[in-house]
Amino acid sequence: MRRRTLLCSGLAAASAPVLAACSDEGGGAGGGGRTTLSYGMWDPAQVPGMQQIIAAFEKEHPDISVRIELTPWASYWTTLKTSMRGGTAPDVFWMNAVNFQLYAAHDVLEPLSEHIARDATPVDRHPEQLVRLYAYDGTQYGLPKDFDTVGLWYNKALFDKAGIKYPDTTWTWDDLRDAAAELTNPRERVHGFCSEMHRQFVLYPAMFAAGGYVLRDGHSGFGDERSVAGLRFLTDMIDRGWSPPQSAMVESTARVRFWSEKAAMVHDLSAMAGQMYAVPALKDHGGVTVLPKGRERTTVIHGLANVISAKSDKKAAAWKFVHFMAGRRAADIQAKSGVTISSYAGTQDAWLKSMPEFDLKHFLDMEKHATPYPSSKNTAVWENLQYPLLGAAFSGKGGIEGAARTLGEQMDRALKEERDS
Amino acid sequence: MSVFPATAAAKSAGRRAPTSAARSSRHGRRAGYWFIAPLGLGFAVFYFWPMIQTFYFSFTEFGPFGGHTWTGTDNYARVLRDVTVWQALGNTLIYCGIGLLALPLAIVIAALLNRRGLRGVSLYRALYFVPFVTLPVAVGLVWNWLYNGDFGLLNEILGWFGVDRHYWVSDPSTAVFAIGAVMVWSTTGYYLIIFMAGIKAIPQDYYEAAELDGAGPLRRFFTITLPLLSPTLFFASVICMIQSLQTFDLIYIMMGEKNPAVGDTQSVVGLFYKWAFMENAQGAAAALAFLLMLLIAGLTYLQFRLQRKWVHYG
Repeated sequence: MRRRTLLCSGLAAASAPVLAACSDEGGGAGGGGRTTLSYGMWDPAQVPGMQQIIAAFEKEHPDISVRIELTPWASYWTTLKTSMRGGTAPDVFWMNAVNFQLYAAHDVLEPLSEHIARDATPVDRHPEQLVRLYAYDGTQYGLPKDFDTVGLWYNKALFDKAGIKYPDTTWTWDDLRDAAAELTNPRERVHGFCSEMHRQFVLYPAMFAAGGYVLRDGHSGFGDERSVAGLRFLTDMIDRGWSPPQSAMVESTARVRFWSEKAAMVHDLSAMAGQMYAVPALKDHGGVTVLPKGRERTTVIHGLANVISAKSDKKAAAWKFVHFMAGRRAADIQAKSGVTISSYAGTQDAWLKSMPEFDLKHFLDMEKHATPYPSSKNTAVWENLQYPLLGAAFSGKGGIEGAARTLGEQMDRALKEERDS
Repeated sequence: MSVFPATAAAKSAGRRAPTSAARSSRHGRRAGYWFIAPLGLGFAVFYFWPMIQTFYFSFTEFGPFGGHTWTGTDNYARVLRDVTVWQALGNTLIYCGIGLLALPLAIVIAALLNRRGLRGVSLYRALYFVPFVTLPVAVGLVWNWLYNGDFGLLNEILGWFGVDRHYWVSDPSTAVFAIGAVMVWSTTGYYLIIFMAGIKAIPQDYYEAAELDGAGPLRRFFTITLPLLSPTLFFASVICMIQSLQTFDLIYIMMGEKNPAVGDTQSVVGLFYKWAFMENAQGAAAALAFLLMLLIAGLTYLQFRLQRKWVHYG
């Protein structure tokens, strides 16, 4: 009970300034034949950018206004599901790959294929893999707004101190290991690398780079020999003391360690560039490059999409907004705000230039080699199996092979249940 | 607890011949129903009806966006088969065991605060009570900093005595106890208040008589305070047990999903949350919640049976 009231008040507190900001912009023109759309999202950092896009959209469509409904990430999906059931869901909202198939399979999203064909929405200007993430049974339900790839962030000052060359596009896993060993300095509690147990940033990229997979034809890749080799590469660095164990990274995450210059290299998202940039030390001597090559050079690509609720009674207006969001103008505005990479081809220049100290183009270069974020209809079920089963091996207790095999078996069982249901 | 005798008395009163006195008492009773109506309505709408629904949904497969299909006892079979349920149950019983430690602690502090001539009692009382009224989220976050393996105050202090640094909440062997300690810390104040009130109600003459007979403070505590406090203690132990069996928020805040000890600290309600709100298994979650309710009801019944052996009603 106490928890629930807490969530609600947190939600109200988080959305209050946003709502206030929106009504300011509305300029009292509410009512009088004007359609007001609600737009559900979770990232407060993107609110200013989204508001600029909304302002541009409202100028083009004076009869429609858009109101942002910000829900914190921690409660976004539960709130959304409940409001879907109660019929109060936002008209347009953010969707991610983990949840998409569940929503599409239950017919709570408006199919967009016909709209796209009619209005010639420039779908082909967005990365194909990303567009395909939001299609279900041959029907398009969402249009990407941005994308994220994972890169290798490094601290130049720590590299200079150890007297080694900065990572570049020629790096392989061997280079990464050697550098991690050199950079580790127990006396100053500095680690060369962070083998954090994080599926999107670390686990999946390592498994893919080793030639393995997570999900293929409805089967788990965790038991695959190459996937295991990728995971072993990570746990090995923990066992040798070049990375903190996961037990230590629960309390101070890889990101926090990197910010406080206690980690020389970490995997992190392109979307984090803005926050890295806000740390003075990193703006001064932080760097970024592509992920080192294992058996293959790859990274994980994921992006958010805008979708329309099938229960919305303002679908025509909602589609106009989603169509606008998938177009060039919205992408340009989004790119300039510097938070994420817009998924619209050729609009990323503004994003690259927004942080000239960082070599952000590596994130774009990696799109070609990227593997889409794996998902199925009930992704959360098998994702929830991962951390509890891998936790011991990532805390320096060994046994990654057995843990991965068990995980593979349990994930296969979950996938079978998903197919049967 | 006194509800049952009261209703029984009321019933027998109602069966008597309708004298004017009885009529007026019946009238009073009707007015009484009006007074409890707001609470009763709230209870019916927000507790009783959801309980019935939960029971019904525990026999269905519940769609993530509404709609459900009858699946009989499948959910119960799943719950009983799932090893994580048994692990969560084990953890929950450990939390319960640790949580109950708040009671002896609170009694001792209450007895100490009730010493004659102690100054600033209300200040102490307020200080002990503050953790209980603090939001569990704030409590969890602050304790996480204290427990932090790299920069935490606890490790720093233990370091003076040559104890190695330890990751208290992410080591599976210590995490349950680290959380349990916070639970005890944050609930002791509540029971302290109850016990202090209980001790106040014990007639002072008993102590004076015992003192004349030469009983020391320990003897007085064990032969007067403790037995006469037993009804209060019984009430507190029932409440404490129920609360610690339903523990969730503190664990949720303190653990986070990437903690290697997450399986070793998950409570039954935590598992319920995971199933219902993350994995779209509301039906199975409803079955789990219902089984937990049965367990709580069973243990509470047991406590009521056992109280005859140790509770003294003055």
